[in-house]
Amino acid sequence: MEGMMMAHETDLNLKATELRLGLPGTDECEEMLSAAKNNKRASPETVEECGSKGGSAAKSSHDEHETAAPAPKAQIVGWPPVRSYRKKNLQTKKTESESGIYVKVSMDGAPYLRKIDLKVYNGYPELLKALETMFKLTIGEYSEREGYKGSEYAPAYEDKDGDLMLVGDVPWDMFMSSCKRLRIMKGSEARGLGGAQ
Amino acid sequence: MAYSFPEEVLEHVFSFLSSDRDRNAVSLVCKSWYEIERWCRRRIFIGNCYAVSPDIVIRRFPEVRALEMKGKPHFADFNLVPEGWGGYVHPWIRAMSAAYPLLEEIKLKRMVVTDESLELIARSFKNFKVLVLSSCEGFTTDGLASIAANCRNLRELDLRESEVEDLSGHWLSHFPDNCTSLVSLNMSCLGSEVSFSALERLVARCPNLRTLRLNRAVPLEKLPNLLHRAPQLVELGTGAYSAEIRSDIFSNLTEAFSVCKQLKGLSGFWDAIPAFLPAMYSVCSGITSLNLSYATIQSPDLVKLVSQCRNLQRLWVLDYIEDTGLEALAASCKDLQELRVFPSDPFGAEPNVALTEQGLVSVSEGCPKLQSVLYFCRQMSNAALVTIARNRPEMIRFRLCIIEPQAPDYLTLEPLDTGFGAIVENCKELRRLSMSGLLTDKVFEYIGNHAKKLEMLSIAFAGDSDLGLHHVLSGCESLRKLEIRDCPFGDKALLANAAKLETMRSLWMSSCSVSFGACKLLGQKMPRLNVEVIDERGPPDSRPESCPVEKLYVYRTVAGRRADMPGFVWKMDGDKALSADGSGNKPREVVERLGSSYAINFCTWLSYSLQSVPNTDARIITCMGQRNLFC
Repeated sequence: MEGMMMAHETDLNLKATELRLGLPGTDECEEMLSAAKNNKRASPETVEECGSKGGSAAKSSHDEHETAAPAPKAQIVGWPPVRSYRKKNLQTKKTESESGIYVKVSMDGAPYLRKIDLKVYNGYPELLKALETMFKLTIGEYSEREGYKGSEYAPAYEDKDGDLMLVGDVPWDMFMSSCKRLRIMKGSEARGLGGAQ
Repeated sequence: MAYSFPEEVLEHVFSFLSSDRDRNAVSLVCKSWYEIERWCRRRIFIGNCYAVSPDIVIRRFPEVRALEMKGKPHFADFNLVPEGWGGYVHPWIRAMSAAYPLLEEIKLKRMVVTDESLELIARSFKNFKVLVLSSCEGFTTDGLASIAANCRNLRELDLRESEVEDLSGHWLSHFPDNCTSLVSLNMSCLGSEVSFSALERLVARCPNLRTLRLNRAVPLEKLPNLLHRAPQLVELGTGAYSAEIRSDIFSNLTEAFSVCKQLKGLSGFWDAIPAFLPAMYSVCSGITSLNLSYATIQSPDLVKLVSQCRNLQRLWVLDYIEDTGLEALAASCKDLQELRVFPSDPFGAEPNVALTEQGLVSVSEGCPKLQSVLYFCRQMSNAALVTIARNRPEMIRFRLCIIEPQAPDYLTLEPLDTGFGAIVENCKELRRLSMSGLLTDKVFEYIGNHAKKLEMLSIAFAGDSDLGLHHVLSGCESLRKLEIRDCPFGDKALLANAAKLETMRSLWMSSCSVSFGACKLLGQKMPRLNVEVIDERGPPDSRPESCPVEKLYVYRTVAGRRADMPGFVWKMDGDKALSADGSGNKPREVVERLGSSYAINFCTWLSYSLQSVPNTDARIITCMGQRNLFC
């Protein structure tokens, strides 16, 4: 029923009298598509008499097909036939993946803290670069043996157990799930973190 | 009869008959067989709760131990049936609590179940063993607590896909300490966390537990505790399948799975993290049923898992598996019988995954036992459907949903009539079919001509005219359930095939072109059908006779008009549209006039269309065979 309203538009064949700049015949493909979509159906008079409720919603969705607009379509009730508990499951998944993992970043001596979204970064190099930019400092090269050599600063983080850990030891995914806050340590304390004790 | 067997002998013989059809046949042989059979029938299946009344059932079958019943029409799953439509089980429970004190099993689908009903069940049936509530609603966890607390011999509590008002997880703690009889527990649809220690103890003291389906709230780290206490499990539904990536969690999980040597079915996997999938690898070779339809894992990880399940018979998965994953499935799982691929982004405008018709074609080529398919995709071609049909002529269930309504063959831009035609022509055992895409009346001609074993047909946004519906109603000999939405089918085919409707369980038509007048006429012609109009715009009398109704639900019944119709449902009764209290107000003469003009129109129209439809016989006047009206 919803689709039948379209029929009288194509009957008037407005396209034939339309003034356009394109070469004749360039629009064939689109025409074929829309003709196929509006399959031949007579629109019964009764539809107009009663004004079926759902008609306008679906009509606008067909309109948007014709103009090939990428705008979101009006959703048809019960289509596609997916049960509500499945839809809910997918929705929660989406919102979860959209929310970021925000952690506080403190730097020794700085007047206030910052916050960053760990999800934005793909790995340690990106994270460290961002910290360097944010606090205008250099952090130095990470090595398992020596920590962060060649700089006054060392990035550390507080994990789930409350321990202060050096950034870079564990795989990135594990770091993302266990990091509670970041702390950029400076000076002798920082040197104490890296290298042999 | 001189040489008849004593009743006891006949009863003993009948006790070996489990199929309803056999028992129905037996009861038609003669009066004494009817009597003997009715006293020893223990299991009843009622496909439509309104087809018969509790009193009629109880009167005929006094010794029932197990009831299975369905309520709302299937399209209720997709929100097409308004809230409050019906399907209440309480009248049945009330009647049975008096009549069947020995009742052991109740299995319901798409029915409204209240806490009151659950409490009545818990109080009334001392030997109650099995409660399966599939896609039901209307009850809370308090009702579950009653069942848990009072049913001493409870074997199965299965809430699959029901909508439960989750007041708390405390219900599980109501299982008494001496309850050791559980065989199957499915609480996967519940949201709240249950007391884990109560769950652990329950699992530990039920040595016969075979099926355990947890809900999302049960954490993965604790799953090993349960598995160690139930190593005999055959079917497991995990909770959320994610945790902090820690080696101890992983190794505990791996070890726990390895202990479960009998596992055949796995489900759950909410929020699954690929890192934990390998923990299951030890059980994969025994797995026959795998439901990954909540797992948003990508194709490579899915493939790694699935290719280890060499004995897989059933796979439910999201379209993240993509064509490449299905190809791998086809190569590894030669025993596959059922495949369901669900859409990860059903409302997105553009495809988000590389899943096309090709995936299904690959599976149809590689899996010789494939017989049941549910497939959501965004493009389809006649060529692909023809290939699938030729590859798998033993297909029994074929449900294809092309997400865009009326999408044509993407290669040729033609309708998909030929493709679906090939399906019904080649797959001679096809019992269930759901179609989508661009379809004309032609496809219905193919269906009417070939789909002789088809029992259930679902149609949406298809067809050109009444001829389409006429082909189906006149040609499909085995048709039991027909559900149609948004198709240009109107009065003619429906009225011309009115008698066919008495041979079916039900017909659903929504957003079609069936007029109010035709509904009334149908109700008048067919007293053994309930012709119910569902219209939320208000009484159909307030609009012209020719105005199409919003929704129509027609079903055969021996129970007459139902007493629980809500305000938006009217039963067509001759010249009146009756609401629940029996009131209706249309004068008789209008319908008589309409009726006679309809009569002339049918005959003309029908004789015209019969010329073009070769295999139609005069089914307009059918003789009603003795069929079990419960189905």
